[in-house]
Formats: sequence, C-alpha cells, structure tokens
Amino acid sequence: MKLEVSDHDGLRIVTVPEARIDAAAALRFKEAMRAATAEGPDHVVLDLAQVRFVDSSGLGAIVAAMKALGAGRRLDLAALTPDVAKVFRLTRMDTVFVIHEDAEAPLRRATG
Amino acid sequence: MNGQAGAEAQGAGCGRMARMFYRQIAAEDLAVRALLAEMRGWLATLGIGEERCGAIEIGLAEALNNVVEHAYANAPGEIAVDMRLAADGLRVILCDRGAPLPRQRLPAAAAPPTPRRRAALPEGGFGWHLIRSVARDVDYARAGDRNCLTLVFDIMPGATWSP
Repeated sequence: MKLEVSDHDGLRIVTVPEARIDAAAALRFKEAMRAATAEGPDHVVLDLAQVRFVDSSGLGAIVAAMKALGAGRRLDLAALTPDVAKVFRLTRMDTVFVIHEDAEAPLRRATG
Repeated sequence: MNGQAGAEAQGAGCGRMARMFYRQIAAEDLAVRALLAEMRGWLATLGIGEERCGAIEIGLAEALNNVVEHAYANAPGEIAVDMRLAADGLRVILCDRGAPLPRQRLPAAAAPPTPRRRAALPEGGFGWHLIRSVARDVDYARAGDRNCLTLVFDIMPGATWSP
C-alpha cells in the first residue's frame, strides 16, 4: 500500500489514499506504516479522509502501528468517515486515540 | 409472468426491488471484499439508508472474515451467502464447510479491554463484539459438516444509531 507523507513543523501527516483498510489490505497497510513512520517527527497524524471502511483487521493494524511508534511518539487519527467512526466507537478505540476533524487541525491549534 | 417472482428467483441485479440476494463465493479476502461491495449496492436499491448499510457491512465483513481466517484457516473453501428482506429485518445466512466454532457455539460478546498502557492494547479480538453490536440477532448451528450463521439486522433507520 502506498501512503502519502508530508511534514509540517514537528507533525507528520500520513494519508491513506485507499478506500478500505480491510483483511485484504491490513498487512500491507501495517508494513507501509512502519516505513512511513520509521523516522521523522514524533507526532504523527493518520489522515483517514479517503477511507470508507475499516474492519477488525484494519483496526488491529492501526493499533499495531500506534504501538510500533514507541515511547515518546504518538499517533493521532483524523477525518474519520461514518462507517470508520462507527467501528472505532463500537470497540471503544475512539477513547484510545486522539481523533481530529481533519489532518491539519493539530497545526491550527499549534499556531492559533 | 410475475416480474417480482422472477427477480426473487434470480437474486439482485435483475429487478428493481429484488428482495433476495444469493451468492456463493470463494473463502478469500478479495472475494469477500467484492461480495461486500455488491451487497452494499443491492441494499441501496432497496432504499436502505447509509447508516444501516454501514452497520450491515461491518457485521457481514467480520462474519465472512471469521470464516476465511478460522473456519477454513485460509485454505480453499466456499461460502454461501443468502440475504433476504423479511418483515423483521434483513436476514443473512452464511454457510460454509470449514471447522466448527470452538465448543460449537458462539463466543461471548465482550469487547476486548482498552487498557491505558499502550503496549497492552489489543490488536484483535474485535470481530464477534462488532457482529453482536450491529446485528439484532445472531444464531449459530453446526449441521453435519456445515456451519450456518444467521444474522438479523434492523433496517429501520435510527434503531441502533448513536451519533
């Protein structure tokens, strides 16, 4: 899976340009996330605006990516579409992640 | 010739309001993905709203993934998917010839815990909790060498909607 990476003042935004993180995509997503966050800013935001659907495999891969960041670094989520938000809410994973309206929200907070 | 009866006999895609959808698919991730897309299109033709469609897709995705990963353990196999619009909601019956569920019964519905310590967070075990969260009824039967899982979904919008 190809992920788009952009850095902004201590924040790395990783964008998923695919519609699904499901059982067929979870492993490739996990590997791509490892590569996309191996170095760079400590604060990473995963932009899910284009993702319409996440199943439990995809959810597990997102949790794994967060754990793999290690101490002192954090993974937030941004722009959850309705079905994705539902999966996070039903599993209470919405209480584990900081979830932003959109990927640029942390930047506005920092400057505003 | 009764047009609606014809549509029912042939499943979705050949009638404006086919109330039944039957497919037999390979027990593979990409076949599951394709089935879910087709199913969602069918639900839309029935006028079922986006929120319900999402809930049904989540429940069906988890149930089908379980068959691929656990019943067949990623070995080749087939899954029969029978969906019909009934008076009490959308009834889905999934049948396969894979291994039975442990102890031949449905697992508990509990969600995995969400501990504060990051390293202890679960990376799996969400599937059955999600299925039970989105489906109104879940029933499992082992008959001979077949597993049959029945899921019933409410299709009235708002029934389980929590913004």
